[in-house]
Amino acid sequence: MEKKKIDVPVMAELFSKGKKPEYLFWVGCAGAFDDRYKKVAAAFAKILKHLDISYAVLGKEETCTGDPARRAGNEMVYQMQALQNIELFKTYEIKKVITICPHCYNIFKNEYPDLGADFEVINYLSFLADMLHEKKLKLDNSVLHDRIITYHDPCYLGRGNDIYDEPRELLATMTPALREMKRNRSNALCCGAGGAQMFKEAEKGDKEVFIERTEDAIDTGADIIASACPFCMTMMTDGIKYKNREDEMHNLDIAELIVKALKI
Amino acid sequence: MQKQIIFLIVLLLTLGVFTYTSIRIARFFRLTKPAFRVRNTGKRISETMKVAFGQSKMFRLPVVGTMHALVFWGFCVILIGSVEMIIDGLAGTERVLKVLGVVYDIIIASGDIFALVVAVFIIAFLVRRLFLHIQRFEGSEMKRASHIDANIALTLILLLMLSLLGMNTAYYASVEVKGAELAGIYPVSSLIAPVYADSSPETIHLQHEIYWWLHIVLIFIFANILPYSKHFHVFMSIPNVFLSRLWPLGKMINMDNITREVKMMMDPETAFSEATDEAPIERFGVKDIEDITWKNYLDSLSCTQCGRCTAVCPANITGKKLSPRKIIMDMRSRMNDKGPGLVRNGSEYNDSKSLLNDYISKEELWACTTCNACAKECPININHPEVILGMRRYMVMEEGDAPGEVKAVFNNIENNGAPWQYSSEDRLLWADNIEVSINEQE
Repeated sequence: MEKKKIDVPVMAELFSKGKKPEYLFWVGCAGAFDDRYKKVAAAFAKILKHLDISYAVLGKEETCTGDPARRAGNEMVYQMQALQNIELFKTYEIKKVITICPHCYNIFKNEYPDLGADFEVINYLSFLADMLHEKKLKLDNSVLHDRIITYHDPCYLGRGNDIYDEPRELLATMTPALREMKRNRSNALCCGAGGAQMFKEAEKGDKEVFIERTEDAIDTGADIIASACPFCMTMMTDGIKYKNREDEMHNLDIAELIVKALKI
Repeated sequence: MQKQIIFLIVLLLTLGVFTYTSIRIARFFRLTKPAFRVRNTGKRISETMKVAFGQSKMFRLPVVGTMHALVFWGFCVILIGSVEMIIDGLAGTERVLKVLGVVYDIIIASGDIFALVVAVFIIAFLVRRLFLHIQRFEGSEMKRASHIDANIALTLILLLMLSLLGMNTAYYASVEVKGAELAGIYPVSSLIAPVYADSSPETIHLQHEIYWWLHIVLIFIFANILPYSKHFHVFMSIPNVFLSRLWPLGKMINMDNITREVKMMMDPETAFSEATDEAPIERFGVKDIEDITWKNYLDSLSCTQCGRCTAVCPANITGKKLSPRKIIMDMRSRMNDKGPGLVRNGSEYNDSKSLLNDYISKEELWACTTCNACAKECPININHPEVILGMRRYMVMEEGDAPGEVKAVFNNIENNGAPWQYSSEDRLLWADNIEVSINEQE
């Protein structure tokens, strides 16, 4: 099959040509720098191209939302980041933002408005579910029909913001075998990386949280853990490695599964 | 008349003690910080109907949840009967609410059934606590006093239900023996009434009086013990649900004092012109009990230490020191320890201890993943992460204290706009080689 390179539009370049894209695709630090999660950013860019969405990324102008600092107690660093970002969004007259990272989503949606932000924030799963409803995104289970998938709820989509159905709806169109872990939806167990834990050693205990959670996933008999958060991805991927299941079990983001299902 | 006077004295005594307690707690509340304005009454009422009266979050554990819900609904119905007893006691009437007719029959009948249901469940709860090993009831914060507290409250409730059934039974028997008109319907007590078959009317009357006084005095004692027990829950949980935080669990509250500082740094002129009076220098974050909000304190008074929060905490499950229940309990005991001193001697009072370090260790606070499982699970909408994050704010911004890796994250974000040490110049590398299948393009 022949391949063609696609370009990811950058806000500053479009703006200088007098163009204003409908959406800002907020890539997030993990999308920019985490080797594994970069592939998720790329997968979502492919889907945006496939759906012919008018969008752009901030590229070099993007910067941390301040979430890890805020949840580690550094309100000062958070607010400096937030106020800078809000100014930048104003410069580009950004009205709609799509995020792939749930932590970025949560802080934009719930916390930036307290500092004067005025833009709509859409999580990529809600966006894709809407596309599915509008029949713009056509998914079927021809590719993944023999795969057993289990979905790990990220805390900041599920409990944090009550997004439980959209990921399941998307996954159910791609596999007939979507299996729930024993702790799911609002009862889902954290992967262990939230609240700045991602960046530090865990406190002393008798087990790592990501191992406990990976065991939930293994118990379902699934061969794919579908995730929707960069931190969860790091944790679940580590868990699979720790359990020596790299051959029979894989961790993929929902965007990557959609790319597979669309054969793009 | 004599009975009415005695009743009035007992009632005034009860109200006197209760007023004393209420003033003490109100003074503690005055030590706390503002939280939020109480608006959206409609939304609050619907949340109260769903979560408090509907017991919606209890059913996350279906069996004990149902048992608790029935006990709660039983309390609600039986409470109406208690109000009647107070009126009767003061006015010298007997079953004064019978004027309500059918409604009265329904209230009394369901109260009579609930008394039995509650008694049976309370016995089950006692058995569970005394003889079964329920992990949720254990933990470093569950000291002997906590277990005794729980067992006293359960025993009192059991006695309340038994005295109520005794009173109803004696009443039913006395009406039967006198051939008088029965007020209310007694599905359970009427079945027990035959025990009085051989008793004289005088004996039955005396027994009724004894049960009546026993029941009302137990209520008065119960009401005055509650504020000093974890079962203050009985009074505080409905207000606590009504005063819920109405925003998504993911949201953290903005620190406006930091916003002023940051704006001043970024643009000194506008910030200065916006600044109002010289605000007193505030402490950033939560170090001690006077730094928590009234809502945090209300949470701590409403908590009945059920441990649902701790049972779902990922840190706790994996053996870390953090227990969300302990955080809430520590707030209450810190207020009990330091509150009186602050009330007496003003805000300068210092007992050379603080909530941070002396009650809650940094190790506990850094173990939290802010996953909000605790807050989601709490049947009465207590929010634990708010306090944990408040204490992290104090550690970081006042003491500059954080794990080394976290400090590196702060530096990286400040210097290169990402938690990792990468240059923003490299932010688009992910987009360099994205290939799509060509057939897809057309």
